Amino acid sequence: MIYAYATSVFVGFMVISTALLLLAERYLANYGVCKIDINAGHRTVEIPGGESLLASLIEQQIYIPSACGGHGTCGYCKVNVVSGGGPILPTETTFLTRTEQRANVRLACQVKVKRDMQIKIPEEMLNVKLFSARVTSTRNVTHDIKEISLALGEPSEINHRPGQYVQIRVPTPDGPVFRAYSISSPTYERNRAELNVRLVPGGAGSTYLHNLKENDPVSFTGPYGEFVLNENPSIEIVCVGGGCGMAPMKNIIYSLYKKWPNRTCWLFFGCRSTKDIFYLDEFNNFAAEHPNLKVIYALSDPLKPEEPWKGEQGFIHLAVDKHLKAGVKRQAFLCGPPPMIDAVTQVLGEKGIAPGDIFYDKF
Amino acid sequence: MNNTPVYLIFFAALFTNNILLSNFLGMCHWLACTRSMLSASGLGLAMTVVTGLTTVLNYLIYYLVLIPLHLEQLTFLMFIAVIAAFVQLAEMIVERYNPKLYYALGIFLPLMVVNCTIMGAALFMLVRHYNFLQTVGWGFGAGGGWMLSAVLMAALRKKAGYCNPPHAFQGAGLVMIIAGFMAMAFMGFAGMVAIE
Repeated sequence: MIYAYATSVFVGFMVISTALLLLAERYLANYGVCKIDINAGHRTVEIPGGESLLASLIEQQIYIPSACGGHGTCGYCKVNVVSGGGPILPTETTFLTRTEQRANVRLACQVKVKRDMQIKIPEEMLNVKLFSARVTSTRNVTHDIKEISLALGEPSEINHRPGQYVQIRVPTPDGPVFRAYSISSPTYERNRAELNVRLVPGGAGSTYLHNLKENDPVSFTGPYGEFVLNENPSIEIVCVGGGCGMAPMKNIIYSLYKKWPNRTCWLFFGCRSTKDIFYLDEFNNFAAEHPNLKVIYALSDPLKPEEPWKGEQGFIHLAVDKHLKAGVKRQAFLCGPPPMIDAVTQVLGEKGIAPGDIFYDKF
Repeated sequence: MNNTPVYLIFFAALFTNNILLSNFLGMCHWLACTRSMLSASGLGLAMTVVTGLTTVLNYLIYYLVLIPLHLEQLTFLMFIAVIAAFVQLAEMIVERYNPKLYYALGIFLPLMVVNCTIMGAALFMLVRHYNFLQTVGWGFGAGGGWMLSAVLMAALRKKAGYCNPPHAFQGAGLVMIIAGFMAMAFMGFAGMVAIE
């Protein structure tokens, strides 16, 4: 009998206190409908308050880039909150520089919508859409890199610039997270998106993508990215990729030669050994059609006796230094690990390329 | 039965039997929140309200529900549940009406659920056999005592910021030494009143 009493008293108390708390929440955590003004009147959305700014904007089909799923650990979802954001939070300070803090840049996932707000986001982000797609083919291009081809479903066309990326929605036990992958298919193929994915042991995104089979559904948001190709055909393009940073380069090269078949373009690609090489034959064939495309691969590991290789050796920035002559007007696109980007940026600077003409993607 | 007058219990809880400085309960919050006066006074106020109200509520639950039903073995469970519910409420109120304080306190506000002062006040209320009015005095006195010591400590730490202590004493070391001195200073009140 005592057990019945004890259980019912405790459960009864829990039910009552839960009910009271829910009631309190209704009144205390109810912020009514808040208006969010985007880019000074460009667009106004009305949303129920209380949610994070990131979640509220996603509800309104405004896809701010975010990799961690709103946990405040990636620092990608920066937006400019002009008013109504409240004080900057300790959870944000690690991701914001002093300049950004002074300019009211905030992490959208940490700012809660509690009153009317004014925010500023790059115009392009308003064009970012949520795509549903299906896997049409997967192919191993090296021992750990897979080429995954996606056919777009709804919407059926993507308008992107060469070198832009998408954020793949990766389901995990703790809710979806997003991982950024560059589009490697050229911009004129609007109905598909192709990705190069290197398997990272224990990585949520790459494991998910490597396990996809034909016809599996995938959803992603995009396009994002600041790469802008110079439209002046006399300017040479330099693409430098490292490791698996080939996807944006492939996109840039194919899109470029579709529009300007005689434009000069350099492709430098650095990897460790012959087993990491991919797309080399494809680019060599393409270069045979377009003589102004120069393809240079370099291997950083010492050659083993059984490896047949006649190309460059050493780190890729040495190959860049060796092949490029100074004083030519160029624009450069870099994609690879941070030390490579830093080394190549320095070499390109010495060759006379202005920092504003070097676009890079560090990962 | 305990015959100490209510006002004596209240003042004893503030000074002679200051729950933090004589029993060393609730130290972790105290050390963390005394870095600034805003968080010390804000958390102190929240502690006073939560300690006072939960002690009274726990008194009612204990004597009106648990004793008549012979369910004394549920005491701890019920006390913890009451405290958890109250802290949740306090968190909502602070977030709504003082967002600046809410963000200044950060994780320490919800962590009040496991603050020893609140649970300790409720358990002292039981072992000292207080009646209802004495419980009111004791609960708010204990919370207020915590707030008093937190505010004093925040002021001292601010002063300590202008000092130049030997390297080995800087930071946490100096804070612990100050805490010890404060406890000794409060022992000076011991002759005034004594509560059991």
